[in-house]
Amino acid sequence: MSQENNKPERIDVDIKVENPDSPAAQDEPAPKEVSTFRLVATLAVAGALAGLLIVLVNLHTKPIIDKYKAEQLQLAVYEVLPGVERYDTFYLVDGELSLALPDGAKESEFKRVYIGRDSSGQATGVAISRGESGFQDVIMVIFGYDPVNNTLSGMKILDSKETPGLGDKIFKDMDFVEQFFAGPETPLLGVKSGAGKGKPNEIDMITGATISSKAVIGIINHALEEWKPVLDKGIPQAPADIASGEGAQ
Amino acid sequence: MRTTTAQQDFIRGIWKENPVLVQMLGLCPALAVTNSVANALAMSGATFFVMSCSSVLISTCKRFIPHEVRISAYILVIATFVTLADMLLQAYAPAQHKELGAFIALIVVNCMILGRQESFSSKNNVFRSLLDAFGTGVGFTIALVMMGGFREILGTGSFLGFSLFGPNFEPWVIMVLPAGGFLTLGFILLAMGYIEQRKKDNAEHKEEQMAEEASS
Repeated sequence: MSQENNKPERIDVDIKVENPDSPAAQDEPAPKEVSTFRLVATLAVAGALAGLLIVLVNLHTKPIIDKYKAEQLQLAVYEVLPGVERYDTFYLVDGELSLALPDGAKESEFKRVYIGRDSSGQATGVAISRGESGFQDVIMVIFGYDPVNNTLSGMKILDSKETPGLGDKIFKDMDFVEQFFAGPETPLLGVKSGAGKGKPNEIDMITGATISSKAVIGIINHALEEWKPVLDKGIPQAPADIASGEGAQ
Repeated sequence: MRTTTAQQDFIRGIWKENPVLVQMLGLCPALAVTNSVANALAMSGATFFVMSCSSVLISTCKRFIPHEVRISAYILVIATFVTLADMLLQAYAPAQHKELGAFIALIVVNCMILGRQESFSSKNNVFRSLLDAFGTGVGFTIALVMMGGFREILGTGSFLGFSLFGPNFEPWVIMVLPAGGFLTLGFILLAMGYIEQRKKDNAEHKEEQMAEEASS
C-alpha cells in the first residue's frame, strides 16, 4: 500500500513541466479585462497578415502550378494518343468544332477536345477530358478515342482524391489501366474481375475499388455520348497556316 | 517544482508523451493515411513543418495575443501554415501532393498541433517551443511510420513500395482498409501498455525488495 500512496506525488511532479522563468508564470494568472475592440483588432490584424502571406505565396506558386498542370496535360494527350506527332486544341462553339474562339470569349468557358495528327497531318485520334464524381471527389480523366474504329487508344487519370491504397488503384493498378490502351470498343462495359465473357468492350473492374473503376468507365461513356454527335460531323483538317499549332510547341 | 531541461523538452514528445501513442492526439491522420509508409512519411513531414512554424510564431507573438481569443488566433496561424504547405507542396513536390490529396488540408484540425501551442508554445520561449515541436514531430513520425510499416507489410506485402514476399503473397487487404488502422493502433497500444506495465512492476518489485532488506 505504501507504494500506491506514492503514486499521486509522482504524477504531480511530472505535471509541473513549465519553465518557471517563462513569462507565462507571471502573465497568465491575471486575466485582465480586455476590451472587445482589442480582441477584434487582434484577430483582424492577424487575419489580414495571414491573408497577405497566403496571397504572396500564391502569387509565387500559381504560375509554377499552372505550368506544371499544362505540361501534365500535354504529356497526357501524347500518352493517350500513341503515335501522334502533334495535336490541335478544338473548342466546341455552337455545336461545331472550332480552332478559334468567338471574339472576347473566355477560353475557360468552352469545352474542348485535342485532335491528334500523325506526321502527314491526318487526324488519327481525339483526346477528351472530363470530370465526374468518384468515391471521394471529382475524378478528372483524359482518354484517347479513335473515331474511325470506335475504340479507345488510352486513358489517364489527371486528378483524383480517391482513397489511398484502394480507389487510387484506378491509376496505380497497371492491369486496370492497360485495358484502356488495348483498344477496347465503346461504349465500355464494366465487369467484375474475371467474370467477363470476352466481349471487346469489357473492362475488368478492380476488386475493392468498384465505385472508382465504375466512375472511370462512366466518365468515358458519358463523354463519348456527348462528343460523338459532334465528332461524327467530321474532324476538321488542320489548316496549313496553323499546322504548327500549340500541340507542337 | 521541477523544471525541465531543453533536452527533456525534445525527448519528452518522442516516447513518454508521444502524441499518438500516449496522448491519443492526432489520431485522424494516424488512422487515415498510414496505409503505406510513403504516405505516413509525407504526412509526418507536412505536419512537422506546420507545427515547427506555428510553434515559433506563436511563442514569438504570445504577448500580443489576448487570452480570450488565443484559440482562434492559434487556429488562424496553423491554418495559414497549412495553406502555405499545401501550395508549396503542390508547386515543388506535385507527386507527393497528389499522393496525400485531401489529407493536407486536414492538418489544420490535428489537435496535436493545437495542443502543443496551447500547453507549451504559449508559455515558453522560442527556442524551447521549437525543441518541443521537433520532439513532438519526431514522436508523431515514429508512430505514423510504425503504423504505416505494419499495415503496408501485411496489407500489400511491401515496404516503401518494394515487394517483400514475392508474387505468391496473398495480401491481407483489411490492413489497408480503415478497419486495419484501428486494429494496428490497438495492437501497438497493447504492446506499449505491456512494456509500461512491466517497467512499473519491475520498479515496484525492486522497491519491495529494498524495503524488505531495510526491515530485516
